[in-house]
Amino acid sequence: MSSDTTVVVTGLGATTPLGGTITETWEAILAGKSGARPLTQEWVQEYDLPVTFAASIHTSPEEVLSKVECRRMDPSAQYAMVASREAWADAGSPEVDPERFMVAIGTGIGGVHTLLAQWDNLREKGVRRVFPLAVPMLMPNTSSGNVSLALGARAGAHTAVSACASGAESMALAIDQIRAGRADIVIAGGTEAAIHPLPFAGFAQMQALSTRNDDPEHASRPYDTDRDGFVMGEGAGVLVLESLEHAKARGAKIYAELASAGMSADAHHITAPEPEGAGASRAMTEAVERAGLSPKDIVHINAHATSTPVGDIAESNAIRRAFGDATDGMAVTGTKSMTGHLLGAAGALEGLLTVLSVHHRIAPATINIENFDPQITLDVVRGEHRKLPDGDIAALNNSFGFGGHNVALTVKSI
Amino acid sequence: MAQSEQEILAGLAEIVNEETGLDPEAVQSDKAFTDDLDIDSLSMMTIVVNAEEKFGVRIPDDEVKNLRTVGDAVSYIQSNQS
Repeated sequence: MSSDTTVVVTGLGATTPLGGTITETWEAILAGKSGARPLTQEWVQEYDLPVTFAASIHTSPEEVLSKVECRRMDPSAQYAMVASREAWADAGSPEVDPERFMVAIGTGIGGVHTLLAQWDNLREKGVRRVFPLAVPMLMPNTSSGNVSLALGARAGAHTAVSACASGAESMALAIDQIRAGRADIVIAGGTEAAIHPLPFAGFAQMQALSTRNDDPEHASRPYDTDRDGFVMGEGAGVLVLESLEHAKARGAKIYAELASAGMSADAHHITAPEPEGAGASRAMTEAVERAGLSPKDIVHINAHATSTPVGDIAESNAIRRAFGDATDGMAVTGTKSMTGHLLGAAGALEGLLTVLSVHHRIAPATINIENFDPQITLDVVRGEHRKLPDGDIAALNNSFGFGGHNVALTVKSI
Repeated sequence: MAQSEQEILAGLAEIVNEETGLDPEAVQSDKAFTDDLDIDSLSMMTIVVNAEEKFGVRIPDDEVKNLRTVGDAVSYIQSNQS
C-alpha cells in the first residue's frame, strides 16, 4: 500500500429520516420527499420547546435488531449497526482477514439518550438502578466498538468526533488508514441519535433550528431567502471502503472511487463559520489537489447547506473562493432540504449520496426553494434533477462542524 | 407473600430472557449462570437488580458471587422474601 493506493466504495448502508435502507433513502431523494415531521414525544409539550418537529428516523431499529441488541446499545449505536450490516451485506459479506478489516464510525454527540436516561435513574431510583452497561453505551466510540465486535473487524475501531463533520472525517480517516497500509477494507461512516430534549433545547436556544412549526416539510430550505435554521435529523450512513486491489481480487462490485479528503480548521469562532470561507475553501482546494483533479473536473457538489441564514452564504463564498469561475460548471445540491441535518451522520450520509450521484450520474434537486437567495453565487439544482455528463466525472462533498472543522471529500467515477 | 420455587424460577427465566435473549426453557435450576448460560458479570448485575425489583428482595453485591446456579438464586430469593 502507498499514498497513491486507489480507494473504492463497494458497499452502502443507511437508516435515515427518509428510509430504513440506502435504497429507500435514495428513492425518496429522487422523489423530492421531506423527512421532517411533527415530534410526537411528550417532552415537546412538557418543556414547551420552541421547535416541535424534526427529521426523525423512518424505520425504528427495533424492527431490524433483536430485543437484546436494542437493550444493550444506545440508539446511536443501533443506527450504526443497522447501516453497517446493510453496507456489509451490500459488499457481499466478504470473507476477509479480520486483522486487515477496520471500522471508523464517527458521531457528533454520542450516547446522549443513555447518558441522560441513566442520570435520571440515578437521581430517581438510586445507584442500583444505573444500568451496568451505562458507560459502554454512552461513550462516543460505542458505535465503532459494537460494529467491530459484531463484524469481527480487528485492524482497529476508530471514532472521529468533529460535530457535523464527524461522518466525513471518518471517511477521510479510512482513506488514510488504507493508504498507510493498516487495513485493506474499512467500514466507515457516521451516526447520530440526538433527538432528545437536552440537545434539542440547546440547539433551539442557540437559534440554530428552524421554527417553522406549522409547516415542517418546508422548513429545511437551503438557499431560499426565507430559510430560518436547520431541521434536526437522526440516523446513520456507512460505506464499505477498500483498496482497489483488494476489491478486484474478490470480484467486488464497485460504485465509485473515494479519491481524497481535504481538511482544515477555521480557528475563527466556536460555532460561526468564517464569513469569507477561508478555512472551508482550503479544505476543498486540498481535496481537489490531492485527488489529482482540477476544479473544472468537478461537475457536482453535495453541499453542507444546512439552511441557516449565514451558513449557506459562507459556504457559497467558500466554494467560489476555492474554485473561481470553474464554480459555474458545478451542479450544487443541498440534500439536507430532504433529509434534515443528521449532525455527526450528515457527512457520511451525504458522502453516500455523492457516491450514488456519481454512480447514477444524477445531481438531485434541492427542494423547498421558492425564492432563490441572490447572495448565493452557485448553480443550485432545483425543480428537476440534473443529468451529470458521461465519461470521467468527479464530485465534491462538503461537511463543516461546530469547532471550526472543515472536511471536503472527492468522489470519482470508475 | 412468599412465592413458590416454580413461580420464582419462571420469573427469573423471564428476566434472563429479557437481558440475554435466552429461551426461558433453558433457564433451569441446575444451570450455572456463567458456565452454562454464558452470562457475563455485567448482565448478571442487571439480572440481580431486576430480580430485586421483581421479587422484593435485597441481594447484596457480596452475595452475588455465591449465586452460581439458577437454583442458588431461586433458593436465596425464596428464603429472603418477606
